[in-house]
Amino acid sequence: MATEAYEKLEEEQLTNKVPLKIKMRPFIILGPAFLLTVGILIPFAMAIYFSVTNYSFKYPDYVFVGLENWISMFTSADFWQSVGVTLTYAGVATLIETLLGIGIAILLNRENFLSRSLRIVLIFPLVIAPVIATIIWQLMTNNSVGIYSDWLRQLGITNFNWGADPSTALFTVLIIDAWVFTPFVTILVLAGLRSLPKAPFESAMIDGGSAWFTFKNLTLPMIMPMLIIAILFRLMLSLQMFDIIFALTRGGPGDTLMTLPLTAYTEAFTYKELGVSLPFMLILWVFVYFLSHFIVKYWTYTQNKASGK
Amino acid sequence: MKKIISGFISVLAFMLLFACSNESATENGNDNDGSSNTIDLEQFDEFDWKRFDGEEIEIMLNQHPYAEAIIERIPEFEEKTGITVNHSLTPEENYFDKLTTSLNAQNGNPDVFMTGAYQVWEYATADYMQELDVFVEDENRTSPDYDVDDFYEGILDAGRWDGVPGHTVGEGNLYTVPLAYEFNLLHYNKRALESIGLEEPPETMEELIEVGAQLDGWNGEGSYGVGTRGTRSWATIHPGYMTSFDNHGAVDFTVEDGSLVSHLNSTEAIEITEKFAELVNEAGPSDWSSYTWYQVSNDLAQGKAAFTYDASNWAIFHNVPGEAPEAGNIGVTTPPRTKDDDLGTNMWVWSIAMNKSSEKKDAAWLFMQYFTGKEHMQWGAIEANVVDPVRESVFESDEYQERIGDIEGYVETFNELIDGSTIKFTPQPEFFNTTTEWAAALQDIVNGADAEERMNELNKDIQERVSRVRAE
Repeated sequence: MATEAYEKLEEEQLTNKVPLKIKMRPFIILGPAFLLTVGILIPFAMAIYFSVTNYSFKYPDYVFVGLENWISMFTSADFWQSVGVTLTYAGVATLIETLLGIGIAILLNRENFLSRSLRIVLIFPLVIAPVIATIIWQLMTNNSVGIYSDWLRQLGITNFNWGADPSTALFTVLIIDAWVFTPFVTILVLAGLRSLPKAPFESAMIDGGSAWFTFKNLTLPMIMPMLIIAILFRLMLSLQMFDIIFALTRGGPGDTLMTLPLTAYTEAFTYKELGVSLPFMLILWVFVYFLSHFIVKYWTYTQNKASGK
Repeated sequence: MKKIISGFISVLAFMLLFACSNESATENGNDNDGSSNTIDLEQFDEFDWKRFDGEEIEIMLNQHPYAEAIIERIPEFEEKTGITVNHSLTPEENYFDKLTTSLNAQNGNPDVFMTGAYQVWEYATADYMQELDVFVEDENRTSPDYDVDDFYEGILDAGRWDGVPGHTVGEGNLYTVPLAYEFNLLHYNKRALESIGLEEPPETMEELIEVGAQLDGWNGEGSYGVGTRGTRSWATIHPGYMTSFDNHGAVDFTVEDGSLVSHLNSTEAIEITEKFAELVNEAGPSDWSSYTWYQVSNDLAQGKAAFTYDASNWAIFHNVPGEAPEAGNIGVTTPPRTKDDDLGTNMWVWSIAMNKSSEKKDAAWLFMQYFTGKEHMQWGAIEANVVDPVRESVFESDEYQERIGDIEGYVETFNELIDGSTIKFTPQPEFFNTTTEWAAALQDIVNGADAEERMNELNKDIQERVSRVRAE
């Protein structure tokens, strides 16, 4: 009797049609992801396509020009200058913000009134749009009315021209970048610090481990996954940095701060040469993609290490 | 890695397919065979300000006193025509980038936009600008009071071009109607001159550099000698620098065998660039490379700059009692001489133009003629700051003569410069491209780069950039 019932059920399952609702479920679940992917890929593919045309906002028509724009980019001194500036900017900004972020997070990882208050204040630069922050800094570093210029004058430094001088322009944008984005690294590292188990630290203390020993062998490896996430975001965004530099100097003086995004923007919107501009953006994408790819791989490794695998 | 490579190959294959399929589409779909110069317009029996009552138009304006005057009187225009006007206002440093993007969308927004004469060389070739002769010449579309002949011919012609790179303005279609114009000349603060015992402003570049350097700190900390624009932008080149460039006998391009040839490394070009850099270094603000129109203008008004080498209308803006701390102290004189020849000045004309893809062209034209008409121009020149006026009737009116009569040197300077003042650039569609790179080179030279070496490098770069100009 039981066997018959089982055989009947099996037959029903084999012969009956699966309800449409259930059949469609995988497509419904995957639908948004699919649309998102298409939404990303269409502009991306179009960017690649227009990079091999002479598309310009100055002319009503355009033609296929093969790799002309790409060859012209790779053989131009401006491109290599832009690559140098972009990598220097991203590397130094990420390094400064990471070191400062760790330092500030360790200082704030205490339970007292000052730390609690500073944790709230710390987030303020992050809620200001970078372009507004730049305008604030522009005023503060202005040689006529700027408070920082005034302080420098009082210290006897009279010829410090901030963003207006090629020798200090990079330094100036890095300061603004660090001011805006260090809190981002701090918050992530602080979150990592506050989630650490207490037992290993208590053992290290009982064993007489120094603060440096504890930091190097316990704290740093354990917060490394968080830190790498912070580095990944900062590196990606610093490579793509546009607004601070544009608002401060538009890439000048001369070509001092002409990063890849600035060069691409200038070619596209000031010179109206979209075809010439797109290779700069696409090559930037390649940099961002490969760097983030390797960092994500390293993140997986550190996460495994931190969890003892 | 295999996945990445196969991904790249897929994208490349897609790209090539897209490219092959689109080449023919380009030829067939976007053909610009000149037929775009014709426009099908409805026939009207008579002119009527109320004909488009109930329509709504979009206007894009650059942040400027001329725009402020328009905005102030939009309600009167709306009342007169029944047309609703929506406007946007953008600072000059980003205005044209935003405008280009909007025009490229070709969706008819904005219907009317503020522009300069140099922009015609890009926007006309891109087919973004509506040719206006057909509107101006139609007596059923243009008010009998409009009187197009009242515009100074040279200024109206700044918006007329035949679209051929290298050809001068004044021939071909009319693309813009002027709001006001600016000469580029020297403004001086009388108090500054008095502070060093000078009775007359300097006449030559050498004198200006010497006096400007002497005036460092003349009005307290942060004050300096000579203000000029300095950002990495085309706007740095066209005022004082281009005026001196031309007065020194240098030219930007010539046309040889139908192609543009750059002369930015000529002896005259290098000499005047070196001299201008010396002016900035000896007498300019230390953060010169961050200076825009707004900063230079403001420094003159606030008594920070003893001189400015820029737009002529500041003498009028900043001499209005109560409007600026230095009102009443600002005088005008000719650009500094570097040679004994007659002086001229590079001219800038702010105008308004119609978007070719606008679907409300007749309503847009009503807006354009109202705000370039005699009544608004007269009001703007007397009650607001729409100066220098582009209409002869306004310039010669008693009220305007009274307004400029008290400004030291204004009338004399105007009379001396009027014959030699025009657009000194060679019209060509790569204007913003070449002048922005030129500004970057000027910044380098001011910051110590060797002028000859940098101008040679610039000339090579510019020659390559103008090779992008496509033959019509």
